[in-house]
Parts: sequence; C-alpha cells; structure tokens
Amino acid sequence: MGELRLMKGNEAIAEAAIRAGCDGYFGYPITPQSEVMEYLMAEKPFERTGMVVLQAESETASINMVYGGAGTGKMVMTSSSSPGISLMQEGISYMAGAELPGLIVNVVRGGPGLGTIQPSQADYFQAVKGGGHGDYHMLVLAPASVQEMCDHVKLGFDLAFKYRTPVMILSDGAIGQMMEKVVLFDQIPRRTDEQIIEQCPWASNGRPASRDHHIITSLDLDPAGQERVNLKLQAKYKTMEENETRYEEINCEDAEYIFVAFGLAARICQKATDLARAKGIKVGLFRPITLFPFPAQEVAFIGNRVKGILVVEMNAGQMIEDVKLSVGCRVKIEHYGRFGGIIPSPDEVVRALEKQIIGG
Amino acid sequence: MEEQFEKIEIRKPENIVYKKTDLLVDRPLSYCPGCGHGTVHRMLMEVLEEMNIYEKTIGVSPVGCSVLAYDFLNIDMIGAAHGRAPAVATAVKRLWPDHFVFTYQGDGDLAAIGTAETIHACNRGENFTIIFINNGIYGMTGGQMAPTTLPGMRSSTSPYGRDVPTMGHPLKITELVAQLPGVHFVTRQAVHTPGNVRKTKKALRKAFELQKENKGVAFVEVVSNCNSGWKMTPVQANKWMEEHMFPFYPLGDIKVDGKLVEKKEMVDKE
Repeated sequence: MGELRLMKGNEAIAEAAIRAGCDGYFGYPITPQSEVMEYLMAEKPFERTGMVVLQAESETASINMVYGGAGTGKMVMTSSSSPGISLMQEGISYMAGAELPGLIVNVVRGGPGLGTIQPSQADYFQAVKGGGHGDYHMLVLAPASVQEMCDHVKLGFDLAFKYRTPVMILSDGAIGQMMEKVVLFDQIPRRTDEQIIEQCPWASNGRPASRDHHIITSLDLDPAGQERVNLKLQAKYKTMEENETRYEEINCEDAEYIFVAFGLAARICQKATDLARAKGIKVGLFRPITLFPFPAQEVAFIGNRVKGILVVEMNAGQMIEDVKLSVGCRVKIEHYGRFGGIIPSPDEVVRALEKQIIGG
Repeated sequence: MEEQFEKIEIRKPENIVYKKTDLLVDRPLSYCPGCGHGTVHRMLMEVLEEMNIYEKTIGVSPVGCSVLAYDFLNIDMIGAAHGRAPAVATAVKRLWPDHFVFTYQGDGDLAAIGTAETIHACNRGENFTIIFINNGIYGMTGGQMAPTTLPGMRSSTSPYGRDVPTMGHPLKITELVAQLPGVHFVTRQAVHTPGNVRKTKKALRKAFELQKENKGVAFVEVVSNCNSGWKMTPVQANKWMEEHMFPFYPLGDIKVDGKLVEKKEMVDKE
C-alpha cells in the first residue's frame, strides 16, 4: 500500500512524475494547470531524484524541449491547458513523426480562442484525431479522478516508451483543481544514462566509435520513404487498438439505457446513474479510459443490448461521433452537453436521459 | 632496358599530411557548388575530432538548407522543427550535462521564426554552442527575403530590393544576443578564403572548449554566400559578400570572456 495523501489533481500529476522516475519537465504557466510546475519547483525534484524542471519561454519551446529530451531517450513531459496545447501541436506532430516517447498533460478549459479558465472537454477532437498536421494519433488517457491523474502518469510513460509515441492525458480544469485522496505509488528510481542507452537503442545521445550515427527526424523527402513511415505508424496504431483499449463499466449488467462519458462527465454520470436508479430507471455507465484507441468493440457490444444511449460531454458533441461509428444506427444515440466552462449537474443529466432517450 | 624498382608502400599513417575527417559521412553534400555550408561542416567535424569529443556530442540541425546536415555529420543528431533548435538543445544539454551540444541554424531559422527560442536560450545562459550561418536569404525555399536581407537587396519576395519602410530593417541578431548576460562568447566569421576558414575553425574550437567550463552560450556566426539565391556565380557572390555583407555584418569577435569587444576587428582580406 502506497502513501495516502489529499491532493489536487494537478499536484498528483507532479508528484507522480517525480515518483515515476521522470527525467525532465518543461512547461509554461497557464490556468488551470499552473500547480503542476509550482508543485515541482517547490518540491525540488532536482534534489530528490535529479529530475530537471525548467520554465520555458512558451508552450512552443516547452514541447520542443520535450522533443529534444525524448530524442535522447530521456523520460520527459510537459503540461498545459487548451490554448497552450494548440501552440504545441507542431511539436506533437514532429514527435509522432519521429516516433518519440513523451507525456503531454492537457488540463482542458473552455474554448474556442482564449475561451474561459473553467473546465471543459472541448479538446476531444484535437486530442484523439491528431491535432497537428499529418496522419498521426497520440495515445490518449482520460482520468476521471485525482487517483487516475496520478496513475495515468506512470501508465502514460510506460505506453509512451512501449510504442515510442507521444501520450496525452486529457484531463480538465475540475479534475486538475479538485482535491481528493490519492494513493501514491512508491518512488521508481530514474534510469541511469547507461540504462537509457541500452533501453533506447534508437536515441541520439552520443555516438560511440562502435556504431553508426543516430538521426532523430520526421523528414523523408522521398515519397516512397515517407509512405513507409506512414504505414509503420498506422500499423502501430492498429496494434494499440488491439492491445491498449481501456474502459470501465458501472451498473451495465441489467441496464436498459447507458450513459457514455469520459473524465469529469463520467463522474457526473456515475451520480446520475444512482439518481436514475432510485427512480426505477435501469441505467448504466460506460466510461472509455483510453480515448485513442477508442474502445469501439466494447461500446458496440453493450450499446447494441440497450434501448438507448446518452453521450454526455462538456462539449458540443465530439465523442458521440466515435460512439455512433462504433455502435451503428440501430440504437438511439443522443448527445447532452454543456460547454464554455459549465459543468452539468447529475439532475440535469437524468432529466436529459428522460427527455431525449426514454421519452424521445 | 628495365630497371628493377622495389615497391614501397607510402600510404602509411606517418606519411599522411591531410585527410578528410572520418566524422564527415562519405556521401555527396546536398549544397550548391560554392556554398559555405560544406566548409563549415568540415571545420565543425575537424574540431570535434581534434578535441576527441565526438562520442559525447549531440548536434541539433534546423529547417533550411542545412536541414539534412544530419546526413553528413557522422555524430548523433536531432533534426528540430523550424526555429526550435535552441529549445531542443536546451533540454538535451540539461539532461546530458556532461555532453557537448550544438545547434546549427540559418538566418531564417534563428533570426525569424526562432527568435524567441534564440533569445531565451541565450538569456538563460545555456551551455551549448550556436552556429549561425547568415547568408541573408532563404536558400532552401528558393531565395525569399530573410530577416538578415540587406536594404535594397533583391530576393524572390523583394524583387525590387528590400524596401525598409515597408519590409523593415535587417536584424543584427548577433549584436542583439551579445547584449545578454547569459552569452559568453560571440564572434562573426566567414569561410570564403583560407585565412577566414582557419579563423572560423579557431572560433569553433574556442566555442566547444567553453562548454567544458559551463560559461554560457558560445555564439559563432558565419557570414556566407548564397550564389543560387543571390543569382550569381560563386566568385561573384564572394565578391558581393565582401562588398555588401561585410560592411553591414563586420567580421571579428563581438563578445569575449563575457565582455563586449570595444572596437570590431577589420575584415581580413587574404
């Protein structure tokens, strides 16, 4: 049993990074995620584990520092919120193209533009469909609690190195800011330089006389070569779809209706499920934990057993497209969303279920 | 009448007076004939070989003509996004502090799209070497106006010459970064004559020696020609560079041991 603490989601991200053996964090202040770097600077991981923490001049610089660190095989990360993540899209695309492992935390706020500083899930499309230029995906994890903020840091780094891919934790302003109890995993020692050189035989960290030079790049001017790069990436995404889909089902065994929701919306739907069941409505909750790869088969399996599906999101209807693609059109699928930083209440979610699905 | 000669093998290490460094990959360079990049590549690799630090050196290449520098430099390299090399190098050096790290960037990369990364890496006093090739033009994309294009100088996006009132002034970013306390050594060199090549190599050597002392940024600008972009022969381009580029971008040390040099060295014409 690890150490039990009461923490903000953003603080849990930071503490988990230190404990996961992260080598470097590079970030730029933006509400509502600034506690990540504030916690790190106060905690002095450069003394605790030797981890580098650097406040960069912009999100553009931050993600390119992550690109550089990852290119040498180090375990590196950044965090930001929506407008900052938009600035990082260039670097994320380069990381995907150069097949570099790294962790990017998006504590989402309402948009578009400068939007608001309140929680939102409006960056779903940006996170799961690519975001930057070119055909690529990140592996996207959607924590629904402070505990998962902590756990997904370690999981995210594991998956990033397993697949040599950028991984995003798609959180939101509420999970970042709210305090919950969290069980912290024990400190994992940072890898030594020798271990990194051994475990990352592709990385650019100094060419010994005994081997050819390593080149980290996303450029291949030969179209046939670039097509091969793309085919390799697509094969990798297929492997992720086969092996890495994660989801949770709550009260789905006897459900006549289901909510499909991720992150904070799933927490709200969990309460809404209890309220609805108290009224005699047999409703369950299907919560995708990986948004890419999306648990398509699993949501299709359960979706085709029920009378109707309400997709609840803090956006204008983004994940519902993946739910519809997965489930098909034999079942009624509706969306209920609040946006711009408004968090729906469990009561209004139940009313939406009654109006749009049961009574509709 | 045939004389009998004893065959003597003369290709012995003790007889070699010059050879291409093994740190240059044996393949044709992608640069135009007459371009300075190849010479700077060679000087850079000779310095790493002579200092015997190549095994602990990580280079960061830019976007621009030297985007493929990693194909020619036989050391571990990371190709950065356009302008981001100083950010990439910052992380590399911080995470591998006992390694030698350099960026190799052109004027569009370093002084336009990457200005913020350049200024802030310099201002933080990162302990790496910045090699800045300034030819006053975007060569790779076909000769467009660069931040360092001279007033009145023609390019494909300033076909009637750079009009300062509408297109702005050329940016002397080297003089600008020299003002920053995080920058320890700043020099401006050229590679169009053997004498200048030797001086450039000396400057590069000094820049890498300084990394051992963790003194902050060493910034080596090399004013180079772009005969293709300038639409001249290599000989014309070198002459034009001496007559127009050097008066605006005078050669010599600008900052030494963390102190600005009062009077700049005159152009050395050998």
